[in-house]
Amino acid sequence: MNKPIVKIENVCQTFNARSGKFTALRDINLDIRPREVVSLIGHSGCGKSTLLNLIAGLTLPSSGLLLCDNREIAGPAPERAVVFQNHSLLPWMTCFENVMLGVEQVFGRKEGKPKLKARVEAALAMVHMEHALHKFPHEISGGMKQRVGIARAFAMEPKILLMDEPFGALDALTRAALQDELNGVMAKTGATVVMVTHDVDEAVLLSDRIVMMTNGPAATIGEIVDVQLERPRDRLALAHDSRFAGYRAAVFEFLYRKQLKKAA
Amino acid sequence: MGAVALLKLAEPPARAERELSSVRPEPVEGQGSSAGPFDAAQGERSLAEASATRPGERLREVLRVVIPPLFGIALLIGIWALVAIKSGNIPGPDKTWAAALKLFADPFYRNGPNDQGIGWNVLSSLQRVGIGFGFAALIGIPMGFVLGRFTFMNRMFEPIISLLRPVSPLAWLPIGLLVFQKADPAATWTIFICSIWPMILNTAEGVRRVPQDYLNVARVLGLPEAKVITRILFPAVLPYTLTGIRLSIGTAWLVIVAAEMLTGGVGIGFWVWDEWNNLKVEHIVIAIFVIGIVGLTLETLLLTLAKRFSYEAR
Repeated sequence: MNKPIVKIENVCQTFNARSGKFTALRDINLDIRPREVVSLIGHSGCGKSTLLNLIAGLTLPSSGLLLCDNREIAGPAPERAVVFQNHSLLPWMTCFENVMLGVEQVFGRKEGKPKLKARVEAALAMVHMEHALHKFPHEISGGMKQRVGIARAFAMEPKILLMDEPFGALDALTRAALQDELNGVMAKTGATVVMVTHDVDEAVLLSDRIVMMTNGPAATIGEIVDVQLERPRDRLALAHDSRFAGYRAAVFEFLYRKQLKKAA
Repeated sequence: MGAVALLKLAEPPARAERELSSVRPEPVEGQGSSAGPFDAAQGERSLAEASATRPGERLREVLRVVIPPLFGIALLIGIWALVAIKSGNIPGPDKTWAAALKLFADPFYRNGPNDQGIGWNVLSSLQRVGIGFGFAALIGIPMGFVLGRFTFMNRMFEPIISLLRPVSPLAWLPIGLLVFQKADPAATWTIFICSIWPMILNTAEGVRRVPQDYLNVARVLGLPEAKVITRILFPAVLPYTLTGIRLSIGTAWLVIVAAEMLTGGVGIGFWVWDEWNNLKVEHIVIAIFVIGIVGLTLETLLLTLAKRFSYEAR
Protein backbone atom coordinates (compact mmCIF):
# COMPACT_ATOMS: atom_id res chain seq x y z
CA MET A 1 0.00 0.00 0.00
CA ASN A 2 1.04 3.62 -0.48
CA LYS A 3 2.04 6.11 2.17
CA PRO A 4 -0.05 6.39 5.30
CA ILE A 5 -2.89 8.88 5.80
CA VAL A 6 -2.36 9.02 9.53
CA LYS A 7 0.98 8.57 11.27
CA ILE A 8 1.15 8.17 15.02
CA GLU A 9 4.67 8.46 16.47
CA ASN A 10 5.65 7.81 20.09
CA VAL A 11 2.44 9.21 21.44
CA CYS A 12 1.94 9.35 25.20
CA GLN A 13 -1.09 10.72 26.95
CA THR A 14 -1.19 11.63 30.62
CA PHE A 15 -4.02 13.21 32.53
CA ASN A 16 -3.88 15.22 35.71
CA ALA A 17 -5.96 13.18 38.11
CA ARG A 18 -6.66 14.06 41.72
CA SER A 19 -4.12 11.49 42.87
CA GLY A 20 -1.39 12.90 40.66
CA LYS A 21 -0.43 12.17 37.07
CA PHE A 22 -2.24 9.33 35.35
CA THR A 23 -0.69 7.82 32.25
CA ALA A 24 -3.38 6.56 29.92
CA LEU A 25 -1.33 5.75 26.82
CA ARG A 26 2.36 5.31 26.18
CA ASP A 27 4.59 4.64 23.16
CA ILE A 28 1.87 4.42 20.58
CA ASN A 29 3.23 3.95 17.07
CA LEU A 30 0.80 3.25 14.27
CA ASP A 31 0.42 4.03 10.59
CA ILE A 32 -2.99 4.02 8.98
CA ARG A 33 -2.91 3.50 5.24
CA PRO A 34 -5.45 4.71 2.71
CA ARG A 35 -8.57 2.60 2.22
CA GLU A 36 -7.89 0.34 5.15
CA VAL A 37 -10.17 -0.39 8.05
CA VAL A 38 -8.46 -0.56 11.43
CA SER A 39 -10.15 -1.67 14.64
CA LEU A 40 -8.90 -0.76 18.09
CA ILE A 41 -9.85 -3.42 20.58
CA GLY A 42 -9.08 -3.97 24.23
CA HIS A 43 -10.63 -4.23 27.65
CA SER A 44 -12.50 -1.20 28.91
CA GLY A 45 -10.21 1.46 30.30
CA CYS A 46 -7.36 0.56 27.96
CA GLY A 47 -7.44 3.96 26.34
CA LYS A 48 -8.78 3.00 22.93
CA SER A 49 -11.23 5.88 22.96
CA THR A 50 -8.44 8.16 24.15
CA LEU A 51 -6.41 7.15 21.12
CA LEU A 52 -9.37 7.80 18.82
CA ASN A 53 -9.90 11.23 20.37
CA LEU A 54 -6.24 11.98 19.73
CA ILE A 55 -6.61 11.13 16.05
CA ALA A 56 -9.79 13.19 15.94
CA GLY A 57 -7.91 16.10 17.50
CA LEU A 58 -10.47 16.43 20.27
CA THR A 59 -7.57 16.06 22.71
CA LEU A 60 -3.89 16.74 22.12
CA PRO A 61 -1.12 14.32 23.13
CA SER A 62 1.13 14.97 26.13
CA SER A 63 4.09 13.96 24.00
CA GLY A 64 4.68 12.45 20.59
CA LEU A 65 3.34 13.38 17.20
CA LEU A 66 0.19 12.70 15.21
CA LEU A 67 0.17 13.51 11.51
CA CYS A 68 -2.69 13.50 9.06
CA ASP A 69 -1.55 13.87 5.43
CA ASN A 70 1.86 14.96 6.75
CA ARG A 71 0.39 17.81 8.76
CA GLU A 72 0.33 17.81 12.51
CA ILE A 73 -3.10 17.21 14.01
CA ALA A 74 -3.71 20.36 16.05
CA GLY A 75 -7.46 20.12 16.53
CA PRO A 76 -10.62 18.56 15.16
CA ALA A 77 -11.45 19.02 11.49
CA PRO A 78 -14.06 17.71 9.05
CA GLU A 79 -11.31 15.79 7.19
CA ARG A 80 -11.36 13.47 10.23
CA ALA A 81 -15.08 12.90 10.71
CA VAL A 82 -16.26 11.19 13.88
CA VAL A 83 -19.21 8.87 14.40
CA PHE A 84 -20.01 9.13 18.09
CA GLN A 85 -21.19 6.23 20.21
CA ASN A 86 -24.47 7.86 21.16
CA HIS A 87 -25.11 9.22 17.64
CA SER A 88 -25.01 12.85 18.92
CA LEU A 89 -27.59 14.10 16.46
CA LEU A 90 -28.83 17.56 17.36
CA PRO A 91 -32.38 17.00 18.61
CA TRP A 92 -33.72 20.30 17.30
CA MET A 93 -32.83 19.51 13.71
CA THR A 94 -34.31 16.99 11.29
CA CYS A 95 -32.15 14.19 9.89
CA PHE A 96 -31.70 16.23 6.73
CA GLU A 97 -30.63 19.33 8.65
CA ASN A 98 -28.24 17.34 10.82
CA VAL A 99 -26.43 16.01 7.77
CA MET A 100 -26.66 19.37 6.01
CA LEU A 101 -24.89 21.10 8.90
CA GLY A 102 -21.68 19.24 8.09
CA VAL A 103 -22.10 19.28 4.31
CA GLU A 104 -22.65 23.04 4.33
CA GLN A 105 -19.48 23.48 6.34
CA VAL A 106 -17.31 21.43 3.99
CA PHE A 107 -18.78 22.18 0.56
CA GLY A 108 -20.86 25.32 1.17
CA ARG A 109 -18.26 27.69 -0.21
CA LYS A 110 -17.78 25.90 -3.51
CA GLU A 111 -21.22 24.52 -4.31
CA GLY A 112 -24.75 25.84 -4.70
CA LYS A 113 -27.81 24.88 -2.65
CA PRO A 114 -29.14 22.20 -5.06
CA LYS A 115 -25.80 20.40 -5.14
CA LEU A 116 -25.54 20.43 -1.33
CA LYS A 117 -29.07 19.12 -1.07
CA ALA A 118 -28.22 16.31 -3.48
CA ARG A 119 -25.20 15.41 -1.37
CA VAL A 120 -27.28 15.18 1.81
CA GLU A 121 -29.95 13.10 0.11
CA ALA A 122 -27.34 10.78 -1.41
CA ALA A 123 -25.68 10.25 1.98
CA LEU A 124 -28.97 9.44 3.67
CA ALA A 125 -29.98 7.16 0.79
CA MET A 126 -26.70 5.30 1.15
CA VAL A 127 -27.68 4.23 4.68
CA HIS A 128 -31.29 3.63 3.55
CA MET A 129 -32.74 6.56 5.44
CA GLU A 130 -34.29 8.43 2.52
CA HIS A 131 -37.75 7.84 4.01
CA ALA A 132 -36.92 9.83 7.15
CA LEU A 133 -35.34 12.99 5.71
CA HIS A 134 -37.61 15.33 7.60
CA LYS A 135 -38.04 13.37 10.80
CA PHE A 136 -36.54 14.54 14.05
CA PRO A 137 -34.09 12.26 15.89
CA HIS A 138 -36.59 11.45 18.64
CA GLU A 139 -39.02 10.13 16.02
CA ILE A 140 -36.72 7.35 14.79
CA SER A 141 -35.19 4.26 16.42
CA GLY A 142 -31.70 3.98 17.87
CA GLY A 143 -30.38 2.07 14.87
CA MET A 144 -31.77 4.68 12.50
CA LYS A 145 -30.18 7.48 14.51
CA GLN A 146 -26.82 5.78 14.20
CA ARG A 147 -27.37 5.42 10.43
CA VAL A 148 -27.94 9.16 10.22
CA GLY A 149 -24.80 9.70 12.31
CA ILE A 150 -22.86 7.60 9.82
CA ALA A 151 -24.42 9.45 6.90
CA ARG A 152 -23.43 12.77 8.47
CA ALA A 153 -19.82 11.63 8.70
CA PHE A 154 -19.66 10.12 5.20
CA ALA A 155 -21.37 13.12 3.61
CA MET A 156 -18.41 15.29 4.54
CA GLU A 157 -16.15 13.04 2.43
CA PRO A 158 -13.51 12.85 5.14
CA LYS A 159 -9.99 11.58 4.54
CA ILE A 160 -10.50 9.25 7.45
CA LEU A 161 -13.58 8.19 9.36
CA LEU A 162 -13.30 7.67 13.11
CA MET A 163 -15.91 5.59 14.87
CA ASP A 164 -16.14 5.32 18.64
CA GLU A 165 -18.00 2.10 19.41
CA PRO A 166 -20.51 3.07 16.76
CA PHE A 167 -22.87 0.19 17.45
CA GLY A 168 -22.22 -0.20 21.17
CA ALA A 169 -25.60 1.13 22.22
CA LEU A 170 -27.61 -1.06 19.84
CA ASP A 171 -29.17 -4.49 20.25
CA ALA A 172 -27.45 -7.45 18.59
CA LEU A 173 -29.74 -7.73 15.57
CA THR A 174 -29.68 -4.04 14.76
CA ARG A 175 -25.96 -4.05 15.26
CA ALA A 176 -25.47 -6.88 12.76
CA ALA A 177 -27.62 -5.08 10.22
CA LEU A 178 -25.62 -1.90 10.63
CA GLN A 179 -22.31 -3.76 10.39
CA ASP A 180 -23.38 -5.18 7.03
CA GLU A 181 -24.54 -1.78 5.96
CA LEU A 182 -21.25 -0.23 6.98
CA ASN A 183 -19.33 -2.92 5.10
CA GLY A 184 -21.34 -2.04 2.01
CA VAL A 185 -20.80 1.70 2.40
CA MET A 186 -17.07 1.23 2.96
CA ALA A 187 -16.83 -0.90 -0.18
CA LYS A 188 -18.72 1.72 -2.18
CA THR A 189 -16.73 4.72 -0.94
CA GLY A 190 -13.33 3.16 -0.30
CA ALA A 191 -13.19 5.00 2.99
CA THR A 192 -10.36 4.80 5.48
CA VAL A 193 -11.77 3.91 8.85
CA VAL A 194 -10.50 3.67 12.42
CA MET A 195 -13.03 2.07 14.72
CA VAL A 196 -13.06 1.48 18.44
CA THR A 197 -14.91 -1.66 19.41
CA HIS A 198 -15.09 -4.27 22.13
CA ASP A 199 -16.90 -6.76 19.97
CA VAL A 200 -14.47 -9.35 18.56
CA ASP A 201 -16.82 -10.52 15.78
CA GLU A 202 -17.35 -6.95 14.69
CA ALA A 203 -13.62 -6.37 14.57
CA VAL A 204 -12.91 -9.46 12.45
CA LEU A 205 -15.89 -8.90 10.17
CA LEU A 206 -15.13 -5.28 9.36
CA SER A 207 -11.38 -4.77 9.67
CA ASP A 208 -8.26 -5.21 7.60
CA ARG A 209 -6.17 -4.91 10.75
CA ILE A 210 -7.11 -5.37 14.37
CA VAL A 211 -4.97 -3.36 16.78
CA MET A 212 -5.12 -5.01 20.20
CA MET A 213 -4.27 -2.90 23.18
CA THR A 214 -2.80 -3.93 26.50
CA ASN A 215 -4.57 -3.13 29.73
CA GLY A 216 -4.36 0.34 31.21
CA PRO A 217 -3.00 2.31 32.91
CA ALA A 218 -0.13 3.11 30.56
CA ALA A 219 -1.70 1.02 27.83
CA THR A 220 0.02 0.52 24.52
CA ILE A 221 -0.40 -1.54 21.37
CA GLY A 222 0.05 -5.22 22.20
CA GLU A 223 -0.36 -7.07 18.94
CA ILE A 224 -1.78 -6.41 15.51
CA VAL A 225 -3.76 -9.04 13.60
CA ASP A 226 -3.87 -8.79 9.80
CA VAL A 227 -7.28 -9.97 8.66
CA GLN A 228 -6.79 -11.33 5.17
CA LEU A 229 -10.35 -12.15 4.24
CA GLU A 230 -11.38 -11.06 0.76
CA ARG A 231 -14.14 -8.50 0.36
CA PRO A 232 -17.07 -8.30 0.06
CA ARG A 233 -17.44 -10.32 3.23
CA ASP A 234 -20.54 -12.33 3.81
CA ARG A 235 -21.53 -12.84 7.40
CA LEU A 236 -23.24 -16.16 6.70
CA ALA A 237 -20.39 -17.66 4.67
CA LEU A 238 -17.77 -16.47 7.16
CA ALA A 239 -19.58 -18.19 10.02
CA HIS A 240 -18.40 -21.48 8.50
CA ASP A 241 -14.99 -20.20 7.42
CA SER A 242 -12.09 -21.65 9.38
CA ARG A 243 -9.96 -18.54 8.75
CA PHE A 244 -12.64 -16.39 10.35
CA ALA A 245 -12.64 -18.67 13.37
CA GLY A 246 -8.84 -18.50 13.44
CA TYR A 247 -8.78 -14.70 13.54
CA ARG A 248 -11.41 -14.65 16.22
CA ALA A 249 -9.45 -17.15 18.24
CA ALA A 250 -6.31 -15.03 17.90
CA VAL A 251 -8.09 -11.97 19.28
CA PHE A 252 -9.72 -13.91 22.09
CA GLU A 253 -6.38 -15.47 22.90
CA PHE A 254 -4.86 -12.02 23.31
CA LEU A 255 -7.76 -10.51 25.24
CA TYR A 256 -8.51 -13.36 27.61
CA ARG A 257 -5.22 -15.15 28.05
CA LYS A 258 -2.52 -12.55 27.66
CA GLN A 259 -4.45 -9.52 28.86
CA LEU A 260 -6.94 -11.04 31.22
CA LYS A 261 -8.36 -8.21 33.21
CA LYS A 262 -8.00 -8.62 36.92
CA ALA A 263 -11.29 -8.61 38.75
CA ALA A 264 -11.85 -4.92 39.27
CA MET B 1 -10.02 -14.97 40.08
CA GLY B 2 -10.84 -18.44 38.85
CA ALA B 3 -14.50 -17.54 38.55
CA VAL B 4 -13.63 -14.51 36.49
CA ALA B 5 -11.56 -16.58 34.11
CA LEU B 6 -14.42 -19.02 33.73
CA LEU B 7 -16.82 -16.24 32.94
CA LYS B 8 -14.54 -14.80 30.32
CA LEU B 9 -13.98 -18.18 28.72
CA ALA B 10 -17.69 -18.75 28.62
CA GLU B 11 -18.14 -15.72 26.45
CA PRO B 12 -17.09 -16.92 22.99
CA PRO B 13 -19.83 -19.55 22.60
CA ALA B 14 -22.42 -16.99 23.62
CA ARG B 15 -21.18 -14.69 20.90
CA ALA B 16 -21.29 -17.48 18.35
CA GLU B 17 -24.92 -18.03 19.23
CA ARG B 18 -25.67 -14.40 18.68
CA GLU B 19 -24.05 -14.52 15.30
CA LEU B 20 -26.20 -17.45 14.28
CA SER B 21 -29.29 -15.61 15.38
CA SER B 22 -28.28 -12.58 13.38
CA VAL B 23 -28.16 -14.48 10.11
CA ARG B 24 -29.90 -12.43 7.42
CA PRO B 25 -30.15 -9.37 9.56
CA GLU B 26 -31.19 -6.85 6.90
CA PRO B 27 -34.93 -7.55 6.75
CA VAL B 28 -35.02 -7.98 10.51
CA GLU B 29 -33.60 -4.52 11.07
CA GLY B 30 -35.87 -3.05 8.41
CA GLN B 31 -38.89 -4.49 10.11
CA GLY B 32 -37.67 -3.61 13.55
CA SER B 33 -36.99 -0.01 12.71
CA SER B 34 -40.27 0.61 10.94
CA ALA B 35 -42.17 -1.25 13.63
CA GLY B 36 -41.07 1.20 16.33
CA PRO B 37 -42.88 4.40 15.34
CA PHE B 38 -45.70 2.46 13.65
CA ASP B 39 -46.46 0.54 16.81
CA ALA B 40 -46.43 3.69 18.84
CA ALA B 41 -48.88 5.37 16.49
CA GLN B 42 -51.13 2.36 16.56
CA GLY B 43 -50.98 2.28 20.32
CA GLU B 44 -52.11 5.88 20.52
CA ARG B 45 -54.90 5.30 18.08
CA SER B 46 -56.25 2.27 19.90
CA LEU B 47 -56.12 4.21 23.14
CA ALA B 48 -58.11 7.05 21.61
CA GLU B 49 -60.57 4.58 20.12
CA ALA B 50 -61.00 2.83 23.42
CA SER B 51 -61.92 6.03 25.20
CA ALA B 52 -64.19 7.09 22.35
CA THR B 53 -66.06 3.82 22.21
CA ARG B 54 -67.03 4.03 25.87
CA PRO B 55 -68.60 7.46 26.34
CA GLY B 56 -69.61 6.66 29.91
CA GLU B 57 -65.99 6.06 30.81
CA ARG B 58 -64.97 9.29 29.14
CA LEU B 59 -67.61 11.35 30.94
CA ARG B 60 -66.51 9.91 34.24
CA GLU B 61 -62.92 10.84 33.42
CA VAL B 62 -63.93 14.43 32.65
CA LEU B 63 -65.96 14.67 35.85
CA ARG B 64 -63.03 13.35 37.84
CA VAL B 65 -60.95 16.27 36.53
CA VAL B 66 -63.62 18.98 36.80
CA ILE B 67 -65.39 18.17 40.07
CA PRO B 68 -62.54 18.72 42.59
CA PRO B 69 -61.68 22.27 41.44
CA LEU B 70 -65.38 23.18 41.54
CA PHE B 71 -65.51 21.94 45.11
CA GLY B 72 -62.47 24.04 45.93
CA ILE B 73 -64.01 27.18 44.48
CA ALA B 74 -67.30 26.52 46.27
CA LEU B 75 -65.43 26.09 49.55
CA LEU B 76 -63.57 29.37 49.03
CA ILE B 77 -66.79 31.27 48.29
CA GLY B 78 -68.50 29.61 51.27
CA ILE B 79 -65.78 30.62 53.72
CA TRP B 80 -65.65 34.09 52.21
CA ALA B 81 -69.41 34.53 52.64
CA LEU B 82 -69.19 33.29 56.23
CA VAL B 83 -66.34 35.67 57.08
CA ALA B 84 -68.22 38.53 55.42
CA ILE B 85 -71.35 37.88 57.51
CA LYS B 86 -69.37 37.58 60.77
CA SER B 87 -67.10 40.60 60.29
CA GLY B 88 -69.58 43.03 58.79
CA ASN B 89 -67.06 45.29 57.04
CA ILE B 90 -65.72 42.75 54.50
CA PRO B 91 -68.02 42.62 51.46
CA GLY B 92 -69.52 39.21 50.69
CA PRO B 93 -69.53 37.44 47.32
CA ASP B 94 -72.92 38.89 46.33
CA LYS B 95 -71.91 42.49 46.99
CA THR B 96 -68.57 42.01 45.25
CA TRP B 97 -70.25 40.42 42.26
CA ALA B 98 -72.61 43.34 41.90
CA ALA B 99 -69.69 45.79 42.15
CA ALA B 100 -67.72 43.76 39.61
CA LEU B 101 -70.58 43.90 37.12
CA LYS B 102 -70.65 47.67 37.41
CA LEU B 103 -66.89 47.94 37.25
CA PHE B 104 -66.46 45.78 34.17
CA ALA B 105 -69.38 47.43 32.38
CA ASP B 106 -67.00 50.30 31.59
CA PRO B 107 -63.38 49.27 32.19
CA PHE B 108 -61.89 51.94 29.94
CA TYR B 109 -63.17 55.28 31.17
CA ARG B 110 -60.96 58.25 31.96
CA ASN B 111 -61.87 60.92 34.49
CA GLY B 112 -58.50 62.55 34.95
CA PRO B 113 -55.16 61.00 35.85
CA ASN B 114 -56.21 59.49 39.18
CA ASP B 115 -59.59 58.10 38.19
CA GLN B 116 -59.41 55.65 35.32
CA GLY B 117 -61.11 52.36 34.49
CA ILE B 118 -59.72 49.06 35.77
CA GLY B 119 -58.78 48.11 32.22
CA TRP B 120 -56.39 51.07 31.96
CA ASN B 121 -54.92 50.24 35.35
CA VAL B 122 -54.21 46.64 34.39
CA LEU B 123 -52.82 47.68 31.01
CA SER B 124 -50.45 50.25 32.46
CA SER B 125 -49.20 47.72 35.00
CA LEU B 126 -48.65 45.24 32.19
CA GLN B 127 -46.84 47.90 30.20
CA ARG B 128 -44.43 48.58 33.06
CA VAL B 129 -43.82 44.87 33.51
CA GLY B 130 -43.32 44.50 29.77
CA ILE B 131 -40.74 47.29 29.54
CA GLY B 132 -38.81 46.34 32.68
CA PHE B 133 -38.93 42.72 31.73
CA GLY B 134 -37.87 43.42 28.14
CA PHE B 135 -34.80 45.34 29.25
CA ALA B 136 -33.97 42.58 31.72
CA ALA B 137 -34.14 40.00 28.92
CA LEU B 138 -32.08 42.21 26.62
CA ILE B 139 -29.29 42.44 29.18
CA GLY B 140 -29.78 39.29 31.27
CA ILE B 141 -29.85 36.66 28.54
CA PRO B 142 -26.63 37.69 26.76
CA MET B 143 -25.03 38.10 30.17
CA GLY B 144 -26.12 34.59 31.10
CA PHE B 145 -24.45 33.31 27.92
CA VAL B 146 -21.23 35.08 28.83
CA LEU B 147 -21.25 33.79 32.42
CA GLY B 148 -22.02 30.25 31.27
CA ARG B 149 -19.36 30.22 28.59
CA PHE B 150 -16.45 31.87 30.40
CA THR B 151 -15.46 30.63 33.85
CA PHE B 152 -13.53 33.81 34.56
CA MET B 153 -16.59 35.99 34.03
CA ASN B 154 -18.68 33.61 36.10
CA ARG B 155 -16.26 33.80 39.04
CA MET B 156 -16.08 37.56 38.62
CA PHE B 157 -19.83 38.16 38.75
CA GLU B 158 -20.98 35.33 40.99
CA PRO B 159 -20.32 37.11 44.32
CA ILE B 160 -22.06 40.27 43.08
CA ILE B 161 -25.12 38.38 41.94
CA SER B 162 -25.25 36.31 45.13
CA LEU B 163 -25.15 39.52 47.15
CA LEU B 164 -27.77 41.42 45.19
CA ARG B 165 -30.23 38.66 44.38
CA PRO B 166 -31.78 38.29 47.86
CA VAL B 167 -32.43 42.05 48.10
CA SER B 168 -36.09 42.97 47.70
CA PRO B 169 -36.50 44.86 44.45
CA LEU B 170 -38.45 47.51 46.38
CA ALA B 171 -35.22 48.45 48.14
CA TRP B 172 -34.05 49.64 44.74
CA LEU B 173 -37.07 51.89 44.28
CA PRO B 174 -35.52 55.00 45.94
CA ILE B 175 -32.44 54.62 43.74
CA GLY B 176 -34.74 54.50 40.73
CA LEU B 177 -36.60 57.60 41.90
CA LEU B 178 -33.31 59.38 42.42
CA VAL B 179 -31.88 58.44 39.03
CA PHE B 180 -35.00 58.86 36.88
CA GLN B 181 -36.60 61.72 38.89
CA LYS B 182 -40.01 60.26 38.01
CA ALA B 183 -42.31 57.65 39.54
CA ASP B 184 -43.16 55.73 36.39
CA PRO B 185 -39.65 54.69 35.25
CA ALA B 186 -38.75 53.99 38.88
CA ALA B 187 -41.46 51.30 39.07
CA THR B 188 -40.25 49.86 35.78
CA TRP B 189 -36.75 49.88 37.23
CA THR B 190 -37.79 47.62 40.13
CA ILE B 191 -39.28 45.19 37.61
CA PHE B 192 -36.02 45.23 35.69
CA ILE B 193 -34.07 44.44 38.85
CA CYS B 194 -36.27 41.56 39.97
CA SER B 195 -36.52 40.01 36.47
CA ILE B 196 -32.87 40.02 35.57
CA TRP B 197 -31.54 37.51 38.13
CA PRO B 198 -33.51 34.41 37.09
CA MET B 199 -32.73 35.15 33.45
CA ILE B 200 -28.99 35.44 34.04
CA LEU B 201 -28.77 32.43 36.31
CA ASN B 202 -30.95 30.08 34.26
CA THR B 203 -29.33 31.00 30.96
CA ALA B 204 -25.87 30.52 32.45
CA GLU B 205 -26.91 27.14 33.87
CA GLY B 206 -28.30 26.15 30.47
CA VAL B 207 -25.05 27.06 28.75
CA ARG B 208 -23.08 25.05 31.30
CA ARG B 209 -25.35 22.06 30.76
CA VAL B 210 -25.02 21.91 26.98
CA PRO B 211 -23.89 18.31 26.44
CA GLN B 212 -20.19 18.01 25.61
CA ASP B 213 -21.21 15.73 22.73
CA TYR B 214 -22.94 18.57 20.92
CA LEU B 215 -19.90 20.77 21.33
CA ASN B 216 -17.68 17.95 20.08
CA VAL B 217 -19.92 17.65 17.02
CA ALA B 218 -19.47 21.36 16.46
CA ARG B 219 -15.70 21.03 16.74
CA VAL B 220 -15.49 18.06 14.40
CA LEU B 221 -17.70 19.75 11.82
CA GLY B 222 -15.49 22.81 12.15
CA LEU B 223 -18.37 25.20 12.81
CA PRO B 224 -17.34 28.84 13.24
CA GLU B 225 -18.17 30.44 16.61
CA ALA B 226 -21.18 32.34 15.19
CA LYS B 227 -22.72 29.11 13.94
CA VAL B 228 -21.95 27.34 17.22
CA ILE B 229 -24.00 30.01 18.96
CA THR B 230 -26.95 30.10 16.56
CA ARG B 231 -27.21 26.43 15.63
CA ILE B 232 -26.07 24.67 18.80
CA LEU B 233 -25.83 26.82 21.93
CA PHE B 234 -28.98 28.85 21.38
CA PRO B 235 -31.38 25.95 20.73
CA ALA B 236 -29.81 23.91 23.53
CA VAL B 237 -30.11 26.74 26.04
CA LEU B 238 -33.55 27.98 25.01
CA PRO B 239 -35.53 25.72 27.37
CA TYR B 240 -33.46 26.92 30.34
CA THR B 241 -33.82 30.56 29.34
CA LEU B 242 -37.57 30.11 29.03
CA THR B 243 -37.65 28.72 32.57
CA GLY B 244 -35.80 31.84 33.69
CA ILE B 245 -38.29 34.02 31.85
CA ARG B 246 -41.19 32.21 33.45
CA LEU B 247 -39.76 32.65 36.94
CA SER B 248 -39.10 36.32 36.20
CA ILE B 249 -42.57 37.11 35.01
CA GLY B 250 -44.01 35.54 38.16
CA THR B 251 -41.91 37.73 40.45
CA ALA B 252 -42.35 40.77 38.24
CA TRP B 253 -46.11 40.53 38.55
CA LEU B 254 -45.77 40.17 42.34
CA VAL B 255 -43.49 43.18 42.60
CA ILE B 256 -45.38 45.56 40.35
CA VAL B 257 -48.36 45.73 42.73
CA ALA B 258 -46.16 46.73 45.65
CA ALA B 259 -44.10 49.15 43.58
CA GLU B 260 -47.17 50.93 42.25
CA MET B 261 -48.63 51.28 45.74
CA LEU B 262 -45.52 53.29 46.54
CA THR B 263 -45.19 55.28 43.33
CA GLY B 264 -48.85 56.06 42.53
CA GLY B 265 -50.05 57.09 39.08
CA VAL B 266 -52.04 54.57 37.05
CA GLY B 267 -51.72 50.85 37.66
CA ILE B 268 -53.41 47.99 39.41
CA GLY B 269 -51.25 48.35 42.54
CA PHE B 270 -52.01 52.04 42.79
CA TRP B 271 -55.68 51.30 42.15
CA VAL B 272 -55.78 48.88 45.11
CA TRP B 273 -54.31 51.56 47.37
CA ASP B 274 -56.64 54.23 45.99
CA GLU B 275 -59.70 52.07 46.59
CA TRP B 276 -58.51 51.45 50.15
CA ASN B 277 -58.36 55.20 50.65
CA ASN B 278 -61.89 55.40 49.23
CA LEU B 279 -62.86 52.49 51.50
CA LYS B 280 -64.27 50.53 48.56
CA VAL B 281 -63.26 47.16 49.96
CA GLU B 282 -65.24 45.20 47.37
CA HIS B 283 -63.01 46.76 44.68
CA ILE B 284 -59.94 45.53 46.53
CA VAL B 285 -61.34 42.00 46.50
CA ILE B 286 -62.02 42.35 42.78
CA ALA B 287 -58.45 43.59 42.29
CA ILE B 288 -57.11 40.51 44.07
CA PHE B 289 -58.98 38.30 41.64
CA VAL B 290 -57.88 40.36 38.64
CA ILE B 291 -54.24 40.26 39.70
CA GLY B 292 -54.48 36.51 40.19
CA ILE B 293 -56.09 35.90 36.83
CA VAL B 294 -53.61 38.09 34.93
CA GLY B 295 -50.68 36.39 36.69
CA LEU B 296 -52.06 32.97 35.87
CA THR B 297 -52.56 33.97 32.22
CA LEU B 298 -49.02 35.26 31.90
CA GLU B 299 -47.65 32.07 33.40
CA THR B 300 -49.77 29.85 31.16
CA LEU B 301 -48.80 31.80 28.05
CA LEU B 302 -45.12 31.42 28.82
CA LEU B 303 -45.52 27.76 29.67
CA THR B 304 -47.14 27.17 26.28
CA LEU B 305 -44.35 29.12 24.64
CA ALA B 306 -41.74 27.08 26.51
CA LYS B 307 -43.37 23.83 25.41
CA ARG B 308 -43.48 25.04 21.84
CA PHE B 309 -39.75 25.74 21.76
CA SER B 310 -38.44 23.01 24.01
CA TYR B 311 -36.93 20.22 21.94
CA GLU B 312 -37.12 17.88 24.94
CA ALA B 313 -40.89 18.09 25.18
CA ARG B 314 -41.42 17.29 21.53
